[in-house]
Amino acid sequence: MTGSKRAGKPKRVDWPARFSELAASASIPWMERFYQAGTVAAGTALADVPMVALDLETTGLEPHNNAIVSIGLVPFSLDRIRVSGARYWVVQPRRRLDPESVLIHRITHEELESAPRFSAVLPELLEALAGRVVVVHYRHIERPFLDQVCRRWTGAGLEFPLIDTMLLEGWALRRNRSLARRLGERIGFRKRKSLRLAACRQRYHLPTYTAHHAMTDALATAELFQAQVAYHFRRGLGVDRIWM
Amino acid sequence: MEVEQLEIREHLRRHPPFSFLSEEDLNRVSMAVEISYFRADSHILCLGQEIADLHYIRQGSVEVFRSNGEFYNRLGEGEIFGQISLIARRSVRYPVRAHEDTLIYFIPDSVFSDLCRRNEAFADFVEVEDRTRMRHAGLQSRAGTEMMTTRVERLVQREAVMLPGSASVTEAARRMTDDGVSAMLVCADDPPSGQPQLLGIVTDSDLRRRVLAEDLPGATPLAEVMSESLVSVEADDYLFAALLAMLKHNVHHLPVMRRLKPVGVIDLADLVGHETRNSLFVVRNIHEQEDLDGLVQLLPDVRGSFVRMVNEGATANMVGSAVATIGRALKQRLLEMAEARLGPPPVPYCFVAHGSMARDEQSLVTDQDNALILDDTFDRAEHDGYFRALAESVCDGLAELRYPYCKGKIMATNPDLRQPLAVWKQRFAEWIGKPDRPNLLKSSIFFDLDGVHGQTQYADSLKQWIADRASRSPAFLGCLAHNAQTRTPPLGFFRDFVLEKSGRHQDFLDLKRRGMAPMVDVIRVHALASASVAQNSFRRLDDIQAAGFLTGSMIADLRDSMEFIAGTQYRHQAENLERGIEPDNRVNPVTLNTFDRRNLKDAFRVLANAQRFLRLRYRVVKV
Repeated sequence: MTGSKRAGKPKRVDWPARFSELAASASIPWMERFYQAGTVAAGTALADVPMVALDLETTGLEPHNNAIVSIGLVPFSLDRIRVSGARYWVVQPRRRLDPESVLIHRITHEELESAPRFSAVLPELLEALAGRVVVVHYRHIERPFLDQVCRRWTGAGLEFPLIDTMLLEGWALRRNRSLARRLGERIGFRKRKSLRLAACRQRYHLPTYTAHHAMTDALATAELFQAQVAYHFRRGLGVDRIWM
Repeated sequence: MEVEQLEIREHLRRHPPFSFLSEEDLNRVSMAVEISYFRADSHILCLGQEIADLHYIRQGSVEVFRSNGEFYNRLGEGEIFGQISLIARRSVRYPVRAHEDTLIYFIPDSVFSDLCRRNEAFADFVEVEDRTRMRHAGLQSRAGTEMMTTRVERLVQREAVMLPGSASVTEAARRMTDDGVSAMLVCADDPPSGQPQLLGIVTDSDLRRRVLAEDLPGATPLAEVMSESLVSVEADDYLFAALLAMLKHNVHHLPVMRRLKPVGVIDLADLVGHETRNSLFVVRNIHEQEDLDGLVQLLPDVRGSFVRMVNEGATANMVGSAVATIGRALKQRLLEMAEARLGPPPVPYCFVAHGSMARDEQSLVTDQDNALILDDTFDRAEHDGYFRALAESVCDGLAELRYPYCKGKIMATNPDLRQPLAVWKQRFAEWIGKPDRPNLLKSSIFFDLDGVHGQTQYADSLKQWIADRASRSPAFLGCLAHNAQTRTPPLGFFRDFVLEKSGRHQDFLDLKRRGMAPMVDVIRVHALASASVAQNSFRRLDDIQAAGFLTGSMIADLRDSMEFIAGTQYRHQAENLERGIEPDNRVNPVTLNTFDRRNLKDAFRVLANAQRFLRLRYRVVKV
């Protein structure tokens, strides 16, 4: 993990304006199309926001040293998760996978040999993300990795608004805990509740899925976000209150 | 998108009507699913709303209401709703609310309609508007709930986790933790056949109770702490059978076998997750009651579960064994209560059920037939006071629970039926060795027996002994065969029935006396001849077929007839209960439709032929 990521509150970005800027400066047609598709206006109610849950499985946590192994995404709204629009790719990392991550991601070497390079799926991936707000669980993987990969292939990074269900869960847990618990945590003897995807889902009585598969995790994240909104937020809440 | 990666498909696959789909269709459905989360108490379908999808409950539960707001039904994981509005192309009439936090899969109308058109089993399942009105459609076609139509293998999600008996408990605990299972199978160290031979099972609770609580070292071999597993289910058994086996033996885990090879473990939680509202859980409540009053209070539940099973289309075999399992649990609990009051028995004993309970084919209308097998050290003067009190306590309790006293005094309260094992063997030896017909007619009920409580191995050894003896005694079989022909099926009844319509005196049909009982008699003769120790008539037919005593088509006919006669009897009793009257065996033929009448007539004809065949097969031998 890089040291910088926990530094301070994430800064607020005016995403629609930022997208116009980026569209104007983009040199590659499919990147230009991605930015041109734009993003919803800042005050749009959550109920009206088209979203896409995204999950990358990677060989590690650092975009500079680790590679993407697989990508899963599923488009959704607060009312429906559309499995028919789900996409899943296994991609060839630059380096060979060590046996351990093969085990974790349940992807075999044969699968990898026949898989395309990431550059080949990037245009398609951006098309699937275009016009939608990306939802991930733990914001320090998907965006930094995609940014890094785009930088490597096109010379320009990738920016987009993001909703992080892990961050939302942290907020919700902090908001709902008792004074005693807060004090206990400050002194340091109360165990913090887990923010792992499976643990978060359990709090909303969502089913247990097999973890570490990009497609399943993307689906799991979309379901979790629906549940979090049902519990903690108004459907009319402006998306800019929780995206970053 | 690789659909096999999706959890969605694996979940759908385990629940009807999706369990009836081909792989290809299952893939199509899974790919078309849309998902939404509903917090507890939120509305899923509102009255008058237009509906465009079939709703499938992936997790949680919902409550269905009538349009006047009255509660109608609760549905749980794997169940569907909204199909009625979809099929009828009308707006929602039964609003639905999330009872718990619920995850719904929506299956678009286009996909749903297409499946209904192309897959008959799927269409049949969803088109039954109100399942409580559903009735058997005949001998062959039979819809049912998932417990009765889903096979055990569908719930076995992983291969059996297995270790040899010499492995340490620490190793087992590690494997169980790594594999995320709550039970593992123990197999023989060096199976002679080369394939794993099941010795027993070790569960989380065994490790807690037998290892940790006893302070045993981690190196203790598994074989010392396992439960020797005598009970298992076959992968192609129905879930229902697995549930019955667990309830009957009071265990929470069962090894799943496929032709002698262990393939997995199924636990009660799997089944509970599958069908939380199963009526058979009344059996668990029986074991929790503290006194007779508590048991009496459960009677409405017992009867309710019977009605529900019949209405849900359970086969007669399932209903019969469920009723017997409930009856057995009641007896066991009464005996435990009596022992608690009277103290431990002075000598070991086995409480035995005779008749329909022993055969696992009980109905609600049955009197109590039971007896006691005592240890051979039994001394009447010294010990009988205890057993008389025990028998009275149980038989009186059973009478309170609507099992009337046996008119023929076949009850443990009869001192003649409290005998040591040796005396019982002697008595059976006389019946078999010097059979005379009147005597046998009275005693044939004793030949169906099953241990209910205590030293059930006494009953097992008696069964085995009887099977060995009887199969080698042609005179006995001839006599028994002759008796089995005395009660003829009411074939003429159907001729009379035609006349009745023109105004003659109306008659009732006693399905038990004229149908079930003679059928059971016929099957018993063949079963004893083929040295079968089975008591259940369907199991006996299996053994008879295996022994080659009857042809496959004869067996199939008998099976269908038995099923139909018993099924008609059960439906009649369920209707009695629904109309608020005490159930009986007297069917008014006017209430049967033409279809049922024709089937019943066929069933009786099969019975009459089977009786004629007995005459040819077993000669009456003069002794």
